[in-house]
Amino acid sequence: MTLTLATQRLLAGLDHGPAPQLTADGLVDLVEASGLTGRGGAGFPTARKIRSIGRGPVVVGNAMESEFLSHKDALLLRSAPGLVLDGLEILAVALRARRTLLAVGHRIDPGPVREQVAVRRSPVEVRHLDGGFVAGQESALVNRLDGRPGLPGDPLVPVRKRGVDGRPTLVVNAETLAQLALLARYGADWFRSVGTPEDPGTFLVSLTGSSREVVPRPGVVEVARGTPLRDVLASAGTPLPRARAVLVGGYHGTWLPLAALDAPLSREGLAPYGATPGAGVVHVLDRRACPLRTSADVASYLARESAGQCGPCVNGLPRMADTLARLAVPGADPRLAPEVQRLQALVRGRGACAHPDGTAHFVASTMRVFAGHVEAHLRGECHALGRSA
Amino acid sequence: MSPGPQRLHVDWTRCDGHGSCAELLPELLALDDWGFPVSRTGEREPAVPAALEGHARRAQKACPLLALRLISAGTRAP
Repeated sequence: MTLTLATQRLLAGLDHGPAPQLTADGLVDLVEASGLTGRGGAGFPTARKIRSIGRGPVVVGNAMESEFLSHKDALLLRSAPGLVLDGLEILAVALRARRTLLAVGHRIDPGPVREQVAVRRSPVEVRHLDGGFVAGQESALVNRLDGRPGLPGDPLVPVRKRGVDGRPTLVVNAETLAQLALLARYGADWFRSVGTPEDPGTFLVSLTGSSREVVPRPGVVEVARGTPLRDVLASAGTPLPRARAVLVGGYHGTWLPLAALDAPLSREGLAPYGATPGAGVVHVLDRRACPLRTSADVASYLARESAGQCGPCVNGLPRMADTLARLAVPGADPRLAPEVQRLQALVRGRGACAHPDGTAHFVASTMRVFAGHVEAHLRGECHALGRSA
Repeated sequence: MSPGPQRLHVDWTRCDGHGSCAELLPELLALDDWGFPVSRTGEREPAVPAALEGHARRAQKACPLLALRLISAGTRAP
């Protein structure tokens, strides 16, 4: 379901006409002037990413949407597949790409975009791929597209140097491609006319709740960067007294307490909370759910989603999730709280991809934002469960 | 040609927790709960002081899976 809140660009449903062709210099200048950043999660400046790519590259559109709570790429490929293709073709022409691919995740219907490819005889190769939480990670995706198992590779050889077919490879999120398609038509000033000066443009927010009561109208909404979190929740009909906290950025993201509802959804607006807009996930936690139980379930899911390749992730994530789950039982051993902290610090920076770091970040955020709830559990209480041991 | 300052890089896709690196280079590496190396300096890729370079090279050679590498300080993993 699509929500309506203010700024419709990607989701306006307009026929924008043919996309312009740009030279490599023209492309970099335009993207630089626009301030566009990657909408897939990491938020890296797109101009810098394009500039770092060597000659004769492979361009890959990333619509794996591996983030469980994200639904934006699915919506884009259903309602505006032409914009995603435009973005890919603009990059392919400007960079004289050897090949151009679009990786579509298993939760997404590749039908509409394949139809578009056929109609316009696009050179874009559409691949419909399965895979879990880390399947959309750049090097895992490149390995998969090259016919190897979809596992992350050692970051010492980044895909921008050696990726698909051993060539320099530019991997760009589907939403970023669609943003580029409009930017190329309407220019940097238009792009910057919404959002904040530091973080311009719009982005797609996937809004969900832990219950139907706390988010009565879940869906994807396009808003200006910098839109207060409160306004986004209002658009979904969230009764604020029912909410306890909001997870921003996804399962590798950050819990925001209700006191942070006026935080602008932009990089600088979320920075004081240690959060980023990430891939645009906003997930509201019902007051009636135990935040530690919910977070332990997420941590367990993330532990199961390890690619199973790197020792600290394979061993550390299950132990961390299990320790958090034990802490989520009222009357838990008080030594479990520092043990969770030790484990989240232990796994950081120790994997080929960011999965251990992202999971540790989420767990650290849980311990910080729900510190009062941890103390209650140690006293044998849980106000969410309404019982004491 | 002097290789310049070096850092230790663990290729986690190869490392299987053999543990010889921490044995040969205890100043920079410890082992975690499961026997995988963990940096003692807090850096993701600990810098190798000149005095320890010989030990670091020995640790690199001792890794049966070629998971430990000495890299020049400029080539930072993204």
